Amino acid sequence: MAQDIEIILKRYKQGRRDDLIPLLQEIQASEGHLSEEAIVKVGSHLGLSTTKIYGLATFYDQFRFFPAGKIHIKICNGTSCFMNGSQAVIDKFREELRIAPGQTTRNGNFSFDVVTCMGGCFHGPVILVNGEYNIRVRPEQVPDLIKRMKYIIEND
Amino acid sequence: MEDLKAFLKQKVLLFESDTLPAETEKMLQQIRRDKTDVTVIHVSSNTSSLIAGADKTFNSIKSYIEENESDSVLVKVGCVGPANYEPVVCVQLPGKNKLFFRNITEEKVEPLLNGVFHNDINDEDLLGQIGSKGFELWPGIPFMNELPFFASQKRIVLGNCGCYDPESIEEYIARGGYRTFIKTIRHYTYEEVCDIIERSGLRGRSGGGYLTGLKWKQALNTSSNARYVICNAKESDPGSFSDRTILESDPHRLIEGMAIAAYATGASNAILYLKCNSGHARERVQKAIDKAREYGIIGHNIYSSGYNLDISVRIEPGAFVCGEETALINSLEGKRGMPQLKPPYPTTSGLMGKPTVINNVETIMNVPLIMQNGPEWFRSIGTEKSPGTKIFAITGRGRMSGVVEVEMGTTLQTILDEIVDGIRDGREFKAIQLGGAQGMFITKEYLDTPVDFDEMRARGLGMGAGGFVVIDESTCIVDMVRYYMEFIRNESCGKCIPCREGTGRILEILESVIRKPANEESGTTLERFKGVMQLETISTVMKDASLCGLGQTAPNPFVSALGNFREEFEEHIFDRKCRANVCRGLRTFSIDVEKCTGCTVCAGKCPVNAIYGTRLQPFFIVEDKCTGCGICYDVCKFSAVIVR
Repeated sequence: MAQDIEIILKRYKQGRRDDLIPLLQEIQASEGHLSEEAIVKVGSHLGLSTTKIYGLATFYDQFRFFPAGKIHIKICNGTSCFMNGSQAVIDKFREELRIAPGQTTRNGNFSFDVVTCMGGCFHGPVILVNGEYNIRVRPEQVPDLIKRMKYIIEND
Repeated sequence: MEDLKAFLKQKVLLFESDTLPAETEKMLQQIRRDKTDVTVIHVSSNTSSLIAGADKTFNSIKSYIEENESDSVLVKVGCVGPANYEPVVCVQLPGKNKLFFRNITEEKVEPLLNGVFHNDINDEDLLGQIGSKGFELWPGIPFMNELPFFASQKRIVLGNCGCYDPESIEEYIARGGYRTFIKTIRHYTYEEVCDIIERSGLRGRSGGGYLTGLKWKQALNTSSNARYVICNAKESDPGSFSDRTILESDPHRLIEGMAIAAYATGASNAILYLKCNSGHARERVQKAIDKAREYGIIGHNIYSSGYNLDISVRIEPGAFVCGEETALINSLEGKRGMPQLKPPYPTTSGLMGKPTVINNVETIMNVPLIMQNGPEWFRSIGTEKSPGTKIFAITGRGRMSGVVEVEMGTTLQTILDEIVDGIRDGREFKAIQLGGAQGMFITKEYLDTPVDFDEMRARGLGMGAGGFVVIDESTCIVDMVRYYMEFIRNESCGKCIPCREGTGRILEILESVIRKPANEESGTTLERFKGVMQLETISTVMKDASLCGLGQTAPNPFVSALGNFREEFEEHIFDRKCRANVCRGLRTFSIDVEKCTGCTVCAGKCPVNAIYGTRLQPFFIVEDKCTGCGICYDVCKFSAVIVR
């Protein structure tokens, strides 16, 4: 794991301030989240204090500081999905998984995010589970969907 | 492959005259697959069609072709327009017009292709045909451009979308692409390009409507050793997807436009600022840039003109406010994306303190067309003050949805009646929401407004970046405003107090308006009335005192909704009633004694145990306990639960 960060850091040899965001994005893409260790390393590489980097990373929605679940769910809450009832779907996920958007369940199986507009406006509400789009999702279908996902995790 | 590259470079891109020799043209026709001896099948492949299952359709067609040992060519293309018809499949039999089919899901592939190959076409899935010279007509099948959805449109900027493989630069060049750019850098000076764009009257399409040519000139006239051009493909309004569709369907024209813009401002660095959640668009654009570099269109000393250009892609890390120019620059510099006071404008002091031009995707897409056809051609389209076209991303409750392009001056009524084709399920029209989260609600009375920067401004409306949400009577306006406010509250950067506190307060008050009366503590009613009375003051203060456009326009949805739908707000506040039965807190449930059979399903499902009764006797709901979740309403098989 530590190796990866070194490799990525090497790619940004000059260590300029404007490299910070792409650097963090790349680390997150390879590790799934920004660990404390990674942030300290980036800080010493760019000559920035860790608080500055945290301050920046927490400002943006893209960065997460805890690993995402084995199954990451993205729920669209764009205008069209909202009009078609995505709020109820989000509430159902909250209730079933007992986590808020952006969090991960304690066993590390599930995490979910709310995004604005994934582009499937006519088929809303749209959710993205494991790279597969589910369209016209009703809150009633959520428990079944989670059961199916649990089955996949257990048999993987 | 190398031969083809050399051919395109020498014989096409570097060819001076406008009309190519017949021999070259013939070759290009082959690349464009205009005249082929085999069947060509196009499958749309962009986010909205992939969500509808275009990937499975593609694989299914592929295996069909393999099974039948047909020599058909299968191509992934961009988006044709109507999102509700996705996945769209286009079949071109040799020597015949292209046929378009809609909603071709996996299981429909086999009957469709069987039908097409044996001249027995299923009318149900048929959309229409597109013809060109020298091709055989399909009798009795409507032309695509005569369909109501397309007839009222003028597709210039979107002209290439859905017609070619966005991952193939060869096809783009064969369609006349990049020739304009090469011609521009070889024959025009920086000032001349700026002049042409200024004379064309092209205005920024992101809502402000500032003259693009003027902006470029300002950057060009600021002395500096480096300049930047940024294409803002941020587009993070909830429910707008036009930029993404363009990026996925026609990335090469965007790159050509960016290259011309960079040349005109004397910049040797162009940056494409992309939204973080746009996987397909990012892949396609990156591929397109790599290909362009391979062809020497981006790089050092481009086609011996002495001009150097590099285009890079930067991914926005997810903050709505970064759509604002100064915030965008801050985020590119590796800081928090917070806006700054203007002036200085980015055109004089932008990225790294250098002059920077920031244009929106749609604006950039117009540039190659203007350079190709001349400013007079562009002026002949649209209205006098706002020439050209405008792209809208239509969503909501209309019969049709998708990305459309209309000529400036078209009225909203025309768009609604002809392109959107009215409201789904025969419901009543309520409003149009234009311009995303900070846009306005436009009611029936204003539908005769033409799409035009000045006309709309004169009526106090804004065009925004192109979100077009059709709202019908089944949508509650108060809930809608609350949704937008929640979005803006989450996205407010927190730098200035009017926006940070104002958005939070407005949201708080709106939430109290739709909260369930039974859950109210003593005093909240008073708070609510106090809040409601102050809402208008808060919005005025936010408008006047906020630092950037986000804060200044944040109260827009609320102000316009209150102006247009005052009764609906009053009903929520005084009568505690929601017309559309959307606001959960204001719904009350009861059980119809005559219909209830006492099956106990609802009592078992009720999460708060608010339903009581004896088996096989009518049940009842205790109103004080009920949270209005509506589960009993959904589970009742005898429709005995009544909502009020």
